[in-house]
Amino acid sequence: MHRDMRIVMGGGFIILLFAGAVFAYWLAPFDPLEQDLLIATMPPMQEPGHYLGTDSLGRDVLSRLIYAARIALTVAFAASSLACLLGTALGLLAGYFGGWWEIVISRLIDIWMAFPPVLLSILLVAVLGTGLHSVIVAIVVIDWTRFARVVRAEAQQQAKLEYVEAATAIGMGRGTILLREILPNVLPVVLVLLSLEMGIAVIVEAILSFVGLSVSTDTPTWGGMIAEGRQIIYQAWWVLVFPLAALFLTVLAFNQLGDGLRQWLDPVLRR
Amino acid sequence: MTALIDIRHLSAASLAGPILRDVSLAVNAGEAMALVGESGAGKSTIAKAVLGILPAGIKVTGGEILFEDENLLNLPPTRMRDLLGVRIALIPQDPLTSLNPARRIGGQLTDGLRLRAGLSRAAALVRALELLNDVHIHDPQRVLRSYPHELSGGMRQRVLIAQAFSLKPQVIIADEPTTALDVTVQKQVLRLIRQLQRDHGTALLFVTHDLGVVAQICDRMTVLYGGKVLEQGNTAEVLRNPAHAYTKALLAANPRYDRPGQSLKPVPESLIAQLRREISA
Repeated sequence: MHRDMRIVMGGGFIILLFAGAVFAYWLAPFDPLEQDLLIATMPPMQEPGHYLGTDSLGRDVLSRLIYAARIALTVAFAASSLACLLGTALGLLAGYFGGWWEIVISRLIDIWMAFPPVLLSILLVAVLGTGLHSVIVAIVVIDWTRFARVVRAEAQQQAKLEYVEAATAIGMGRGTILLREILPNVLPVVLVLLSLEMGIAVIVEAILSFVGLSVSTDTPTWGGMIAEGRQIIYQAWWVLVFPLAALFLTVLAFNQLGDGLRQWLDPVLRR
Repeated sequence: MTALIDIRHLSAASLAGPILRDVSLAVNAGEAMALVGESGAGKSTIAKAVLGILPAGIKVTGGEILFEDENLLNLPPTRMRDLLGVRIALIPQDPLTSLNPARRIGGQLTDGLRLRAGLSRAAALVRALELLNDVHIHDPQRVLRSYPHELSGGMRQRVLIAQAFSLKPQVIIADEPTTALDVTVQKQVLRLIRQLQRDHGTALLFVTHDLGVVAQICDRMTVLYGGKVLEQGNTAEVLRNPAHAYTKALLAANPRYDRPGQSLKPVPESLIAQLRREISA
């Protein structure tokens, strides 16, 4: 079958990024925290070894970018997976069991969606205190509705189909039907959402670290680097542009992967 | 003969009005009973009431469905689940949508064997191969590995038939099992159902609107119109010598293989009007 370029490119970029984050210690040319004021704000390729230049404290931009990918990907994978688990579980319950499950969970989703997400995340982190855990919790608490809404609608659809009736007629219980019959049919949609959600989580983490609500400021993050670069944009554009590009490409890769998966996993198009 | 499924004075209604009106019929052990009628006659409602899978909008308003002295209509859900699949099974109408599109045939066909008969995975797969052999699928290994969309409609219906017979139930409800298939495949599938039904001594409640099908595989038949039983009896006798005007009209509206070229007469409007008056009275 023809390989979808979006899956290859998107997935490839994310795998590279993941490898970079895991092997940051060996890949990064310098210690990301090492300051050297003698070579502050050096443009790219100017100083030997500092391929992407240095920031206002003389720290190597490339090394900081690579180390910052750790935070971005940790948040992307942890927060999205947890939001996915929570949202999918609640969505399945609401969509298949209906009744009170549906009423309570659907109202909960409606109430949740009435909050502006960025404000809510800042509020949550302010309450929970800064740090990686708070960022992850904030994203899970806000974004579970993305999964719950879609999975609820999908499960409702599936529950009406005849294969569910046929499963009932061989004496399967409701729980068994939910896990064995409905879940496999909902899974493709969940995978697509998961990929898109990872892109969103990367952005939310960047926003929170931009305003200084993520990990402590001495840990390199893309959002933090963007915040620093913004202040010296006229003297040293590279301090701002490279983390922006990293953020942009990562989110683009997750979105492309999600769109590619959507088409590839669609049983109608796969036929 | 003892009635295996004994439906007594069954009535059902939706918000729009009555769907079944005082329906009584019995299916004896080992016999094939046809439920005949046009769309909306209540055939499928009877089938679904027996299986306890009536859609949310339809409520039973009276009567009982006895299966071995138990009234299926007020069994606790757990007891009903015990019966379904093992004692009473279903061959569904549309083989295209009645198999789960996201699971391989092997998994779906062994569900009943593993969950209900308690076979191990390996034993269930061996049994599944035998079952597919019984429904004349000659490459069962490949079929077990396939997803439903990789099989033809006739193959899928064979898989569903194998599943229905897999736990050797006493009764099988077949809800228009050949409507979604083309004519040549229809014939093979009917012959298969008939053969398996005879071999296993299973009672069959066969829902259809096709009198040709009834003649081919059913011992007795019940003619329904507007949720009311109009005529009941031995298939051969009813078809040769219909007592009710509606049955006669239905026969006249049905193409006959033995009289090609004969023009078909629709059921007369006046008869339908008369039936409607009788039913609502």
